[in-house]
Amino acid sequence: MMRQTPFYQNHLESNAKIVDFGGWALPINYGSQIKEHEAVRTSCGMFDVSHMLITDITGAESRKFIRYLISNDVAKLEKHGIGKALYSGLLNHDAGIIDDLIVYLMPFGYRLVTNAATEEKDMAWINNIAKQFEVKFVNRRDLAMLAVQGPLAIEKVITIRPHLSSALSNLKAFMAIEDHGCFYARTGYTGENGLEIMIPTTIASQFWNELLNNGVIPCGLGARDTLRLEAGMNLYGHDMDENFTPLDSGMDWVVDLSDETRDFIGKSNYIRLKTLAEYDIQVGLILNGRGVLREGQTIVVNNNNVGIITSGTFAPSLKLSVAIARVKSDTPDTVLVQIRDNLESAKVVKLPFIRNGKSLIN
Amino acid sequence: MYTNDMKFAETHEWIKIDGSNQVIVGITHHAQELLGDLVYLELPQVGKSVKARDTIGVVESVKAASDLYSPVSGKVIAVNDNAVQDPTLINSSAHTDGWLFKLELTDITELDKLLNAADYQKLIG
Repeated sequence: MMRQTPFYQNHLESNAKIVDFGGWALPINYGSQIKEHEAVRTSCGMFDVSHMLITDITGAESRKFIRYLISNDVAKLEKHGIGKALYSGLLNHDAGIIDDLIVYLMPFGYRLVTNAATEEKDMAWINNIAKQFEVKFVNRRDLAMLAVQGPLAIEKVITIRPHLSSALSNLKAFMAIEDHGCFYARTGYTGENGLEIMIPTTIASQFWNELLNNGVIPCGLGARDTLRLEAGMNLYGHDMDENFTPLDSGMDWVVDLSDETRDFIGKSNYIRLKTLAEYDIQVGLILNGRGVLREGQTIVVNNNNVGIITSGTFAPSLKLSVAIARVKSDTPDTVLVQIRDNLESAKVVKLPFIRNGKSLIN
Repeated sequence: MYTNDMKFAETHEWIKIDGSNQVIVGITHHAQELLGDLVYLELPQVGKSVKARDTIGVVESVKAASDLYSPVSGKVIAVNDNAVQDPTLINSSAHTDGWLFKLELTDITELDKLLNAADYQKLIG
């Protein structure tokens, strides 16, 4: 029996093709994932992301706890104030990546947003570490979450909440505000402008319909994946997992070592590996010919296997195939990729492929 | 949708008679729906000899690659270059403009082993 989000009926009403995503009944598309992808790049789309887990952390030692728990340092949020957000890794003692997450500074402590597929694992881990601190945490399954993304996203949300016109127009990136029980964060997983909005489940369906009636296009998991890949964003379980560290997953920027007095889980092994400097690196690939790069395809240079594709797709906005790959650090600019029986040539580039809606490749 | 002038393979190819010993082959509407937006197509060379159930090409959507099989034995006499240039033709017209290749048959009795429209409809439920 699949779990349903508060938007389940909305999906059915928009002719969603429902699939089982980690135990949740979610739309893979509503007819054409390419059309949905294009809607996000040109106007505005919305994604039900209620399967992800929102966890609120309170208690006298919540700051101390979070600073120990995650790789990035929440102390940085304080100069920006309540609502400021940070992207971070949740590492194990070997610096392996348990999950990636966003953390917000809140009036009561901190709010975490973690992946759906890792819910059980993350909660068991957090539960265990929390025993050492005076903290409480609560999963907010009373909140639905909707990602509204695209160049017109903020305008569309203002249309249905005009009293927030000034607050949303002035909302900086990675910053959030609360209003009437809803939490509006200027974050996203598409490489476009937009908001991720947490909405009480009791009014979620209605919120969706208001946006739908104002021309926002429902978008499914298929489009979500092609958008985030074009934007060079990792997908947990594919581009990284517990067998890899932030160093070989393009995430060293989420490990904050600047406060030497801060100890955090995985710190010592991370520093050891960083010093050794023997790790593989994360790169982008662009297929030179026709075809599609896919996860698991090997990368070959001079008849040697130098790496593997961790996610790949056909990029609808770029109209060619791109991938995220983990390769040896001395990999040259042109490589071969094993696609079925053939070795196809691909170009190695820095991620992302698209930033602020614009292509970065020639 | 699935009409009596069509026969079907369990691998979701359709086949129509196109002349005295020739057939035209494509993938079914059901198959394109399962695959989603198609982005890449690999078809056999004209002149290639194929046997029934040989893998002769690839149909790729954004999310998955799927092998293309020849439902019957024969020689490839034409391929749909329009579909190669624009695989979405298969999404919009799988049974007509989205045809994939034409074969000159080597054994017309192989057609009897394929499913008719009613049986295919039952297969896909």
